[in-house]
Amino acid sequence: MALPQAKQDATEARITALSLPEGGWADPARRDALARVRAMGLPNARDEYWKFTRPDTLVAAEAPAAATMDSGEAPLFDSRDRLKLVFVDGVFSPEESDDLSLEGVTIDRLAEAKDIHWAKDLYGVLEARAQSPVARPLAALNTAFASDGLLIHVTGKPSKPISLIYRHVSDRSDAILHHVVKVDPGAEATILENGPAAARFNKCMEVDVAEGACLHHIRAQGRDHERRAATHIFARLEKESVFKSFTLTVNGAMTRNEVVVEFTGDDAVAHVAGACMGDGDFHHDDTVFVTHDAVNCESRQVFKKVLRNGATGVFQGKILVKPDAQKTDGYQISQSLLLDGDSQFLAKPELEIYADDVACSHGSTSGAIDEDGLFYLRARGVPRGTAEDLLTIAFIAEAVQEVEDESLQEDLVERVAGWLARRRD
Amino acid sequence: MLEIKNLHVKLEEEDKQILKGVDLTVEAGKVHAIMGPNGSGKSTLSYVLSGRDGYEVTDGSATLLGEDLLDMEVEDRAAAGLFLAFQYPVEIPGVGNMTFLRTAVNAQRKARGEEEMSSAEFLKVIRARAKDLKIDAEMLKRPVNVGFSGGEKKRNEILQMAMLEPKMCILDETDSGLDVDAMKLVADGVNALRDEGRGFLVITHYQRLLDHIKPDVVHIMANGRIIKTGGPELALEVEQNGYADILEEVA
Repeated sequence: MALPQAKQDATEARITALSLPEGGWADPARRDALARVRAMGLPNARDEYWKFTRPDTLVAAEAPAAATMDSGEAPLFDSRDRLKLVFVDGVFSPEESDDLSLEGVTIDRLAEAKDIHWAKDLYGVLEARAQSPVARPLAALNTAFASDGLLIHVTGKPSKPISLIYRHVSDRSDAILHHVVKVDPGAEATILENGPAAARFNKCMEVDVAEGACLHHIRAQGRDHERRAATHIFARLEKESVFKSFTLTVNGAMTRNEVVVEFTGDDAVAHVAGACMGDGDFHHDDTVFVTHDAVNCESRQVFKKVLRNGATGVFQGKILVKPDAQKTDGYQISQSLLLDGDSQFLAKPELEIYADDVACSHGSTSGAIDEDGLFYLRARGVPRGTAEDLLTIAFIAEAVQEVEDESLQEDLVERVAGWLARRRD
Repeated sequence: MLEIKNLHVKLEEEDKQILKGVDLTVEAGKVHAIMGPNGSGKSTLSYVLSGRDGYEVTDGSATLLGEDLLDMEVEDRAAAGLFLAFQYPVEIPGVGNMTFLRTAVNAQRKARGEEEMSSAEFLKVIRARAKDLKIDAEMLKRPVNVGFSGGEKKRNEILQMAMLEPKMCILDETDSGLDVDAMKLVADGVNALRDEGRGFLVITHYQRLLDHIKPDVVHIMANGRIIKTGGPELALEVEQNGYADILEEVA
């Protein structure tokens, strides 16, 4: 079916503004992805999947400018022993990064990887698989045009987290990054991501978790106010594997985080969680799609949003259970704390189940701060502002607790507490 | 310590007068009890004094150590030394009991211009006080009141009282939902805090709590007023004859 002319024009305008990297092993994958983009067209406001989030600034040929922000605070995870890999406006910086060597993992730059490379079997492959039943054209655009990224092959159990650090330097940076992560059978690693990446950021991460392997992913987005970001995670889980991803988001004019999980092996576990806090001109969208196509797998989606001064939060979450995916255990909760009457939370929870022996549940709520709790805290002498902060942290706690490492949980909560306290000063 | 004069209070949302001229003075070092039938205004009095929303003071005054309570924010009343042990302590999922208490203790100290308590000092004190109330380390770690039994919640109120060391304590039906053993434990906790410089106002339906926390003065409240004041024997009279006799007597 031919695309509407307007959509076709917008798509071509975006493609024309980019140049296709050429001359490497990824060429065929990039060309296929470009064909996918042309066939699907980039999203516009009429697309059902973009009903609650306007894609125009994410799609525009030119990125809207976004001021950089000096938060004046030490970057998150700074005190931790980790392998530091730094990107400045979407370009890997060897000078600012650690040596790419760590026992139990091999890391290459997408831009430099040799022709015979394991990533050839994954680059754009998981993204392409995830284009049905719902199109994700911004991810295909990413596969075609990504100019940098890391290919991370976890072969053992690295002694420290692999830490991707983003730095936003130019007001007009428009970065497209694509990471591929392959975790071998029985291997286990933690990937951290934090920092403002660019004025506009399109990022994909394809994750293949092999039998008995485990990947923890903890990400922090913010605190840059004017950022626009579209990110995708595509995770494929094989037998008895574990994938846990948590995202903390603060500020940002437009953030769309999509996570697509596919269970292909039995007895696997995937948890996807997020907490976001937004104020004023803030739009945050979590879109999650979990496909159960194997027996006895467990999936959890836990999303919490704290919104005020007209901020908007969106959650679109789906659990699809295929006919043979018996004994599926699926759970989904999305909640918002609306600190005033101006903010809004839009949720579209979906279950689609074709197997008969499954346990799936979902829930979605919006509420104000608990007045009884507030009075109780104040009656003990806790000032109103501090009491509200405590209750806000309590609200996001269920999502933060999805992070398995308690010291990382503490880092995240401490950071949130600091933000809340400073907001009052 | 606590001085209430001619206090008139109505509900904010509807035209319903709850307190119709309450006069009450609690001296430092004394325990006063308020008894009265359901709907007499006992709990409203405790809420108005602690600053809960939903009530409107139409006349009268309430002062704590000479300071106008009714003009203060809820948290300032607490810092000034007022403590309300809740009839229904609130559950706060996600906030650890210990974090909550340390935040409260230090917020009050800060408000009074005192030095904050160090973590080590706080731990030492809370462990000792918790032990007296048979509150174990697990209960201290759990979110505030979440999953606590009725007795545990009330013990937790007394622990907070012990940590915050208020000057004026109001206990709102602290005996409700307690079995005899739990009531004794709570009463022992309260008695341990009785002190020359501290006043207590114990609100209760039944005389049995007053067997354990011996009051100096007993007031009977009905229809928004204190209708009779006497010694501990007044509580026994209520126990034996109910409120009907007294209500008739003053009518």
